[in-house]
Amino acid sequence: MNPVTEKSAGETTKTTRSLTLVQAVTDALGTMLAEDDRVMLLGEDIGKNGGVFRATEGLQEKFGENRVIDTPLSEAGIVGASVGLAVNGMIPIVEIQFLGFIYPAYEQIATHVTRVRMRTMSKYTVPMVIRAPYGAGVRAPEIHSDSPESLFTHMPGIKVVCPSSPADAKGLLMAAIKDPDPVLFMEPMRLYRAFREDVPEGMYEIEIGKGKKVAEGDDVTVITWGAMVPVAKKAADKAKARGIQCDVIDMRTLFPLDKDIIAESVQKTGRVVVVHEAHETTGVGNDILSIINKNSFLYMKAPIEKVTGFDVPVPFFALEDDYLPTTKRIDEAIEKVYTF
Amino acid sequence: MEELYPITQYVNEEGKFLDDSIKGDISTELVHTFYYNMLRIRTFDRKAKSLQRQGRLGTYALFEGQEAAQVGSALSLEIDDWVFPTYRDHGALLTFGANMPNVLLYWNGRTEGNVHPGRNIFPPAVPIATQLPHAAGAAWADKRKGNKHVSIAYFGDGATSEGDFHEGMNFASVFKLPVVFFNQNNGYAISTSIEKQMNSKTIAQKSVAYGMPGIRIDGNDIFAVYFETKKAFERARNGGGPTLIEAVTQRFGAHTTADDPTKYRDQNEVESTRDQLDPLLRLERFMKEQKYWDEKWVQEITTQIHEEIENAVVDMENFPKANVEDLFDHVFEEMPWPLREQKEQYLQSVRSEQV
Repeated sequence: MNPVTEKSAGETTKTTRSLTLVQAVTDALGTMLAEDDRVMLLGEDIGKNGGVFRATEGLQEKFGENRVIDTPLSEAGIVGASVGLAVNGMIPIVEIQFLGFIYPAYEQIATHVTRVRMRTMSKYTVPMVIRAPYGAGVRAPEIHSDSPESLFTHMPGIKVVCPSSPADAKGLLMAAIKDPDPVLFMEPMRLYRAFREDVPEGMYEIEIGKGKKVAEGDDVTVITWGAMVPVAKKAADKAKARGIQCDVIDMRTLFPLDKDIIAESVQKTGRVVVVHEAHETTGVGNDILSIINKNSFLYMKAPIEKVTGFDVPVPFFALEDDYLPTTKRIDEAIEKVYTF
Repeated sequence: MEELYPITQYVNEEGKFLDDSIKGDISTELVHTFYYNMLRIRTFDRKAKSLQRQGRLGTYALFEGQEAAQVGSALSLEIDDWVFPTYRDHGALLTFGANMPNVLLYWNGRTEGNVHPGRNIFPPAVPIATQLPHAAGAAWADKRKGNKHVSIAYFGDGATSEGDFHEGMNFASVFKLPVVFFNQNNGYAISTSIEKQMNSKTIAQKSVAYGMPGIRIDGNDIFAVYFETKKAFERARNGGGPTLIEAVTQRFGAHTTADDPTKYRDQNEVESTRDQLDPLLRLERFMKEQKYWDEKWVQEITTQIHEEIENAVVDMENFPKANVEDLFDHVFEEMPWPLREQKEQYLQSVRSEQV
């Protein structure tokens, strides 16, 4: 965590710190609390306790109980009160303890958070961020491991962001907080402390709606996000050992999807594997297929393969490794599209 | 519990003063303001119903019978306060200063109708009770800003069965927020009577669970509504936190113009209570009894109100056609590409049709 200085391409000096993903989240929240007095953090156990994952560690101490608020155990109340805060000039950042606990707030999000701008022709807006750890793979109790992003990408009026690295987590969270519209910010809990990375200090943003290539290759395009990024990368490494070169794309934003990064890669490879841990039916993977169908139909050399969670409720953890896409399943799909 | 929450009345059904403590606060101007606003919104309500019947307005939610509750509470607000209404509270909104043609536009399916210049009016809650947490949140923002503004959440008896009722009340009481939860208990949630809605005798008693003051008032007595709501606001403005007010009232008509109340109650019976319960009749009796009645003035304002409403109808009907671009333009500040593509494609198709 010692500050180091590095020179970036633009000759500007950026101080960075080596942080885990969850520390990068804390850093972004602390930076924005210091930057803008309208920013308020609301959530269950986020104050004194610093959050069940320690994502808000130390922030209440630093910014006080009026800025970092331990709320009642009340998801609809937290999100609903935040709608009122937002239309009256505040910037609420809500933590939902686990994304699988967001369902009581679903009505508030579907009928108000996402519609206030439309219903008032932009007189009132809701610049709110809803943060939540999501996903399976950490041996959590049941209902803690859902990945319901497509319930939100289907909902007009909210952006959905899902980083997979510490630097992206900070840059995208800062952009989400500055965004004039609601953003659902999905934090892959199994990557919270998976690795460290140099993260720029202070203000630093990554544009919402832009994907990123995390591996380069001309044969197959693997498209994924969040906790599946390292799994897909591992599968791409296995394929590489057999001479199959993969582009691996981390979408980073699930609405709006980066259609250009998809087209650029797919029109080169003509072969695609889409990987997500959410259930297959009506998953965001289908929107990616639809984009490819529209923009790159004539470039395709093989039917697209999807490797996803199954159409079952996310299971108790004894079976979660069978539910989640594995390196093996992804590798098999790469092989299938490559040899078609 | 019912004994603990007696219905507070200042002026009874015969229009007689029961509580002299407010006598000093009553002036001709105040009484006339009450009467003017109640007559105005009743005339509006009847006009809107008739417009709907003629096919000139969409489905409309009627509030006849609830005028004292809506006018009394809205008149006790200050201009910078926040109002979180339901779809049945446009009487309160009009009193607070909502734009009348806009209220009509809202009921004619126009989003423009939700935008009232110069007033903090949140669009009406259509799902039930979702506005209670909103009001708590807006009040919270004002508390943080350190001003003396308050929020009011309007809701009906049915709303008390929703989870958001509890969550909003709980937030407001935990954080001591300057908000008034103003319940209009009209006895019915569409067809479901209060006895089927809850096993408690009153709504006011629910305040006990939140450690906040609760009061049950005669919602047909505008004096009780006005002075008790004002008291609750004063407490809120001075850091005393939220209050739950149950205004016991009735709607004489249907739930909306799409509803047939004879399916669930005897409308003749409802009409037979009018003489006793009608808030406007009660005020008229009071005014006559206390010598505030001025026939000439009543005639003047009646004409004036009819003119205003007729003009609002003309404004509504002459309002420019809905702009198709508005379908896409107010979802995000900056349109994401899927919307941009959909908009361009659709506009192209619309324009090619017009050629």
